[in-house]
Amino acid sequence: MRISPEIETLISRLARLPGLGPRSARRAALALLQAPETRLQPLIAAMQEAARSIHTCPQCGNLDSCTPCSLCADPQRDPSVICVVESVGDLWALERAGMHRGRYQVLGGVLSALSGQGPEDLNLAGLMERVQSGVVEEVILALGATVDGATTAHWLQEKLAPYGVAVSRLGHGVPMGGALDVLDEGTLAAALSSRKVL
Amino acid sequence: MEWEDPAIILRRSPHGESSLLVRVLTRRHGVHHALVKGGRSRRQAALWQEGNLVMAQWKARLPDQLGYMTAELVRPTASFLLDHPLALSLLSSACSLCSEALAEREPHELLFAALTHFMGALSISAAEPPVALYFRWELILLRELGYGLTLDHCAVTNVRDGLAYVSPRTGRAVSEEGAGEWKDRLLPLPSCLLDDDDEGDPAAWLSAARLSGYFLQRAVFAAHHRPLPAARDRLMTALYRRAEGGTSGQDEEERV
Repeated sequence: MRISPEIETLISRLARLPGLGPRSARRAALALLQAPETRLQPLIAAMQEAARSIHTCPQCGNLDSCTPCSLCADPQRDPSVICVVESVGDLWALERAGMHRGRYQVLGGVLSALSGQGPEDLNLAGLMERVQSGVVEEVILALGATVDGATTAHWLQEKLAPYGVAVSRLGHGVPMGGALDVLDEGTLAAALSSRKVL
Repeated sequence: MEWEDPAIILRRSPHGESSLLVRVLTRRHGVHHALVKGGRSRRQAALWQEGNLVMAQWKARLPDQLGYMTAELVRPTASFLLDHPLALSLLSSACSLCSEALAEREPHELLFAALTHFMGALSISAAEPPVALYFRWELILLRELGYGLTLDHCAVTNVRDGLAYVSPRTGRAVSEEGAGEWKDRLLPLPSCLLDDDDEGDPAAWLSAARLSGYFLQRAVFAAHHRPLPAARDRLMTALYRRAEGGTSGQDEEERV
């Protein structure tokens, strides 16, 4: 049976999204088309609204409908502590944890010699501006525990050294509920080397 | 087509949502590309880090296909180095040079053994990394690529002691006496490149970096109209900083 080109286009567009392959895109397209009033039209409206109103915050790189973003504009958040993350997804993860009450900086990537990503590709302007203003007392480097993440953290630490701000990083090690015998050797080695005295 | 071989991970790049394209240096099969299904998953992410030593299994229908790779972790080198900037720079530089300078599927058993030895030493002493050993490894890389330097006797006087320079044209060592009025045109040869027990100092490391960097650039990378890898340049910057400021790895840790 031949599927109409409009539906084929919809399926192929959906299949490009993360988490969806051609098969699941076909199911999603069918679910949307079978309930146009309750699923398709509201989704179209939500997507149009998001495309129209969501922007990248010029200060921290977060995605939001207001400029600066609601996290940068929130007077309840501590402006003296900035948490540096690689992507907006990491920012959302930290917000879900609800532990950080300061502000953020989204780098948009990490230094990678092998992928050719250099310092000029990182979104650092907002961070340096805030650090130079003298308001910031601590910068938390919440970057991945990878070679590139650690290289970026060391590079940022050197870049921030002249401004006298405290620079810290997230701990590496055993996850909550993690039994030692099922952990990989790399995580165990990192946990051992970053152990702390009780 | 299937083989199993020890391998050092040189490079990883995302492929799709959960897979990786990896480039590894294996003992008997040289540099190899392969697809790792689920390589970005939580279970496998720690394994596929640059510098880790693994026992790799490669499988493909035909030998010239990309193939699939799975691996067991042997030594998690990257995990030991995350807090040590100079050690990380050495690791990234070694991986970049192997990744960019070596031809694919050309075995370099001696180079693999030397790199494994260096990575092992790096894991053990990440706070005070074996920098001289790294530059001795770069000389092995040059030799494996066919551009080995002759550092066992003087090209002018034939003596074996007091070697202090290397001719940038021929790559042969020259003694202090043999250099005479030409020494300004020669590259200084630090003793840590000749003596395995000499760990050298930041000034000697810089001389070693300039010497091997000169020949890597001229013989290997210029031939492909490419500069030295960015990771090698960053290592130079780190060594300059060490030589100027004299900060040790311990000092840098305390600054965090």
